[in-house]
Amino acid sequence: MIPAQFDYLAPTSVEDALAALAEHGDDAKIIAGGQSLLPVLRMRLNAPEMVIDLGRIESLRGVRDDGDAIVIGAMTPHAVVGADPLVAEHAAVISRAVEHLADAQIRHRGTFGGALAHADPAGDLGAPALALGAEFVIQGPGGTRRVAADDFFVDLFETAIGEDEILTEVRIPKHTGWGAHYEKFVRVAHQWPIVAVAATVRVDGGTIAEARIGLTNMGSTPLRARGVEEALAGQPATEDAVRAAAARATEGTNPPSDLNGDADYRRHLATVITRRAVLAAAGG
Amino acid sequence: MSTTQERPADAVEREIGRDRRRKEDQRLITGRTRWTDNITLPGMVHLAMVRSPFAHARITSIDTAAAKESPNVVDVLTGADLGESLGVNINAWPITPGQVTPTHSPMPSDRVAFAGEIVAVVIARSPAEARDAAELVDVEYDVLPAALDLKEAAAATGDQGALAHPDLGTNKSAYWVFDSGEAGTGGSVEDAIAKARTDGIVIEREYRQQRLIPAFMEPRSTVVDPTGEQLTMWSATQIPHILRFALAATTGVPESKIRVIAPDVGGGFGGKLQTTPEEWITWAVARRLGKPAKYTETRSESLMAGHHGRDQWQRLTLAAEKDGTVTGFKVDLLADLGAYVSLVGGGIPVLGAFMYNSIYKFPAYRFAVQTVLTNKTWTDAYRGAGRPEATFAIERMMDELAAEVGADPLEIREKNWIKHEEFPFTTVAGLEYDSGNYEAATARAKEMLGYDELRAEQRRRRESGDPVQLGIGVSTFTEMCGLAPSRVLGSLDYGAGGWEHASVRMLATGKVEAVTGTSAHGQGHETAFSQIVADRLGVAFEDVEVLHGDTQVAPKGLDTYGSRSLVVGGEALVRAADKVIEKAKPIAAHLLEASVDDVEFSGGRFSVRGTDQGMAIGEIALATFAAHNLPDGVEASLDSDATYDPVNFNYPHGTHLCAVEVDTETGALKLRKYVCCDDIGNIINPLIVAGQVHGGLVQGIAQALWEEAVYDESGTLVSGSFVDYLLPTAADTISFEIDHTTTPSTTNTLGTKGVGEAGTIASTPAVVNAVVDAVRHLGINDIQMPCTPERVWKAITGAGGGPTEGAAMPHFDASTGMEGTVDRTTGGTDA
Ligand SMILES: Cc1cc2nc3c(=O)[nH]c(=O)nc-3n(C[C@H](O)[C@H](O)[C@H](O)COP(=O)(O)OP(=O)(O)OC[C@H]3O[C@@H](n4cnc5c(N)ncnc54)[C@H](O)[C@@H]3O)c2cc1C
Repeated sequence: MIPAQFDYLAPTSVEDALAALAEHGDDAKIIAGGQSLLPVLRMRLNAPEMVIDLGRIESLRGVRDDGDAIVIGAMTPHAVVGADPLVAEHAAVISRAVEHLADAQIRHRGTFGGALAHADPAGDLGAPALALGAEFVIQGPGGTRRVAADDFFVDLFETAIGEDEILTEVRIPKHTGWGAHYEKFVRVAHQWPIVAVAATVRVDGGTIAEARIGLTNMGSTPLRARGVEEALAGQPATEDAVRAAAARATEGTNPPSDLNGDADYRRHLATVITRRAVLAAAGG
Repeated sequence: MSTTQERPADAVEREIGRDRRRKEDQRLITGRTRWTDNITLPGMVHLAMVRSPFAHARITSIDTAAAKESPNVVDVLTGADLGESLGVNINAWPITPGQVTPTHSPMPSDRVAFAGEIVAVVIARSPAEARDAAELVDVEYDVLPAALDLKEAAAATGDQGALAHPDLGTNKSAYWVFDSGEAGTGGSVEDAIAKARTDGIVIEREYRQQRLIPAFMEPRSTVVDPTGEQLTMWSATQIPHILRFALAATTGVPESKIRVIAPDVGGGFGGKLQTTPEEWITWAVARRLGKPAKYTETRSESLMAGHHGRDQWQRLTLAAEKDGTVTGFKVDLLADLGAYVSLVGGGIPVLGAFMYNSIYKFPAYRFAVQTVLTNKTWTDAYRGAGRPEATFAIERMMDELAAEVGADPLEIREKNWIKHEEFPFTTVAGLEYDSGNYEAATARAKEMLGYDELRAEQRRRRESGDPVQLGIGVSTFTEMCGLAPSRVLGSLDYGAGGWEHASVRMLATGKVEAVTGTSAHGQGHETAFSQIVADRLGVAFEDVEVLHGDTQVAPKGLDTYGSRSLVVGGEALVRAADKVIEKAKPIAAHLLEASVDDVEFSGGRFSVRGTDQGMAIGEIALATFAAHNLPDGVEASLDSDATYDPVNFNYPHGTHLCAVEVDTETGALKLRKYVCCDDIGNIINPLIVAGQVHGGLVQGIAQALWEEAVYDESGTLVSGSFVDYLLPTAADTISFEIDHTTTPSTTNTLGTKGVGEAGTIASTPAVVNAVVDAVRHLGINDIQMPCTPERVWKAITGAGGGPTEGAAMPHFDASTGMEGTVDRTTGGTDA
């Protein structure tokens, strides 16, 4: 498949990229790893006249420690995030999610920021980011702003990033010592999740002191399973207690129906997968 | 009586039976070879197709003006522009004299009959410019009601229910019957069923063979060069010879002016056993412009418009005595042809007609198929072609019978199957099975699986109510392969024969060219055929060059499908090689100054009996080339041809056993173990056989668990990309354990049987039987394919496991914030 013709710019600074975005406006698209954008262009579902590549902006790459948070540059490839020791130590649920994201080739091309900016409700990174209370750093002509995870995901493929803005980095509050698990339900290995659950819990002497649960593909955005979180707090990390809490995973969800399952089936899956994810995170 | 052999002790010394690495793999795997799309000719133009987004519509206008103005566009042509020069795409197998066959123009100018049908072609200097301009072709359609659902289409009259081709007045194409009572090969099935209703067992089921997409690795591609004395077509096809014949027959170009080349071809699985609109259009365009032209499809086009496979409803009635002895089997099929009757078309279900009785001794059998036209992509051969459908039906039914009788599924099968001492055996479908040993293969497979231990584990899990249940699936299959005795094909009204041709040419330097009329597209013919010829002529494996796939190099042949290349094409090669030896013998005798009767040939040498005198065949070849000293009246050539027409099919068989874990909480399935013991007669190259079996297994398992071509209610292919058409990868499979028993075929010299389709045919029912077995105690006796977790879970919770519905996952939709360029009303997209 051949995309429609487009021009291409590869700025080396965020400022230059923003200037290019401002100049070309509606006709421009940012490309990060291209793993979602290129298929769209090749299938001619979209035809921007200008493609602005963030690949040469070094400042957007890498993971750093910033006190009570770690900061992941938007252009950090999935594979780098997955292998990063800071992420493993302080935000383990992200490491778990990246392990099963797409396949090795895509993990080396696709980027952390690109995936979150794309906001596919079946994307594997939204639920972990939400569960961990990530903050999204967005830069535009007027400067830089921070958006909380709860406000970042607006709708299907829609985020708080404005048309003239770029997501530069994501700040993840440290969850050092929390148990973590990402349970992904698929039919074949390289598939987007039919449903997935990101669970991270702080266990204190056999009791779940705090739990953060994110749901993937249970609505038009990633969702936080607050009902489950509430129900888990203070409960023993036992099968029965977790099962009862996980039953609330369907609250507030509005899952899609597609070839892999209808909404009812997804709701059912969410309860089972939530239970499994929490038990695994709690030290199973 | 069949004899099952140990491999001969000297096997390692010889080429046949050796694990030779495939000669062709380096170039195929690196891609540094002549794939059709790699071919570039001076002045070549590139084609892009404009395809209908609608399943059924009248074309009211096509405006090509804007596209013609697009940069570097040479021309934009419609069906009306190309007219008669387009020719037609033909059906080679009208299964009944009265078959209703719509005319299939490669590019209709009035009405489209499936989404993806070509309505215009853009010709430009580059593929990108052709694609850009294709977006600008403005086609207006009047949408017509579409015939989509197979059952509804079969019942449609036009007044009630849409017709795929309104002018035909019906969607029913042909009704073909085999009845053992009428054929004199068995009794009446109706009698058997009636009797069983009073004092036996009658099992009635309806199974769905979902629509599949062959999904070969290399998309189809065609290059046509009209600039020489001959017109040359390169095509990514399985059938260069049939293609040449069809071009001559339908486009008015004499056959002698046509050369067709299938260069290296990247897979087919039956999907390239076709003569396609794309080839015919490229042909017509190149001729019209007098310039070389190339068309290479996109993956989306391949999934949408390359032919699909399967797509049947099977209504089955099995009659048996109370002890599980089968007394009759009745098969009623509805088979979806799609919008046109393809090259083999209705012949696909007919190829299965002789196999529903499988390895069993049924006294009565009846098969009937109604082929039906719909407004979907046409269907044709897909690995196994009719035989997987047959095997699925009978192997599922044997499990149902076992459950009804309360017996082990293997015992029920053994009660009914042909015993090894009963071969050759004439079946109720009228075929003579030459050899087989179902007992031996089954015993070995049981041992490999650890059958009894797993049954014990299954009992434990059931008793403890384990959320993970275990199922064991059985499939004891056979198939007819080695297509085909020409007389049989003639009796079935197929448009060609089933022979194969080979030439063996001895070069002056002692090297050998082995020319075959089969057309490899990934199977490894070059390696296996080299082994055969090397053994036969006693030359080195490396000294044999296998040539194929070019009608000028290999002028005669019937190509590759139906597990025929080795058993028919290999046999032709053996015969040609034997003729070389026969021709060399008098020359050897002459040069050795001995009488012909005293000269014997062995291990590549002609020697004089009782002496140490002899000459290698290569030396004879050089002497023949020089021709200085030949016996009087002997021609100066050792080259030989042979055309071999098989007298019978051959019948590989095997026992496949599989263990599947079912997570009853989610419906998720996990393959735990898969073993098979296939009997494919003598094996030329075990490594290649293992490759064929492993690949075949994955493909058959994929039908059971993953793949399905789904259309929505407007006739759009929803599973139109690999995001939604779930082709498995290595990550989804387990390590298979395979073994063989060896019961040589008695119908060819090498004692071989076909293996290309075996894994695919056998594995689908093995897996589905395992899934059903895992949950049968929950009151479930069927789960429709593909057995998705959702279907399994719904079956368990009593919510039913109906057809796949719903939309594709929207990962790559017009999601990135801008208006897309797609206009569904004007078409012209490469959706
Ligand atoms: C076959 C396949 C399977 C996949 N499977 C999965 C899976 O299982 N799970 C999963 O989570 N993902 C999956 N993906 C998607 C993958 O994670 C992509 O990498 C990701 O969705 C997009 O990241 P990217 O860097 O490639 O972004 P691109 O494709 O380059 O961009 C995506 C979108 O985000 C915008 N964008 C990118 N970066 C920025 C930025 N910094 N600021 C503002 N806007 C930006 C672009 O303009 C574009 O609209 C799969 C992809 C493929 C092709």
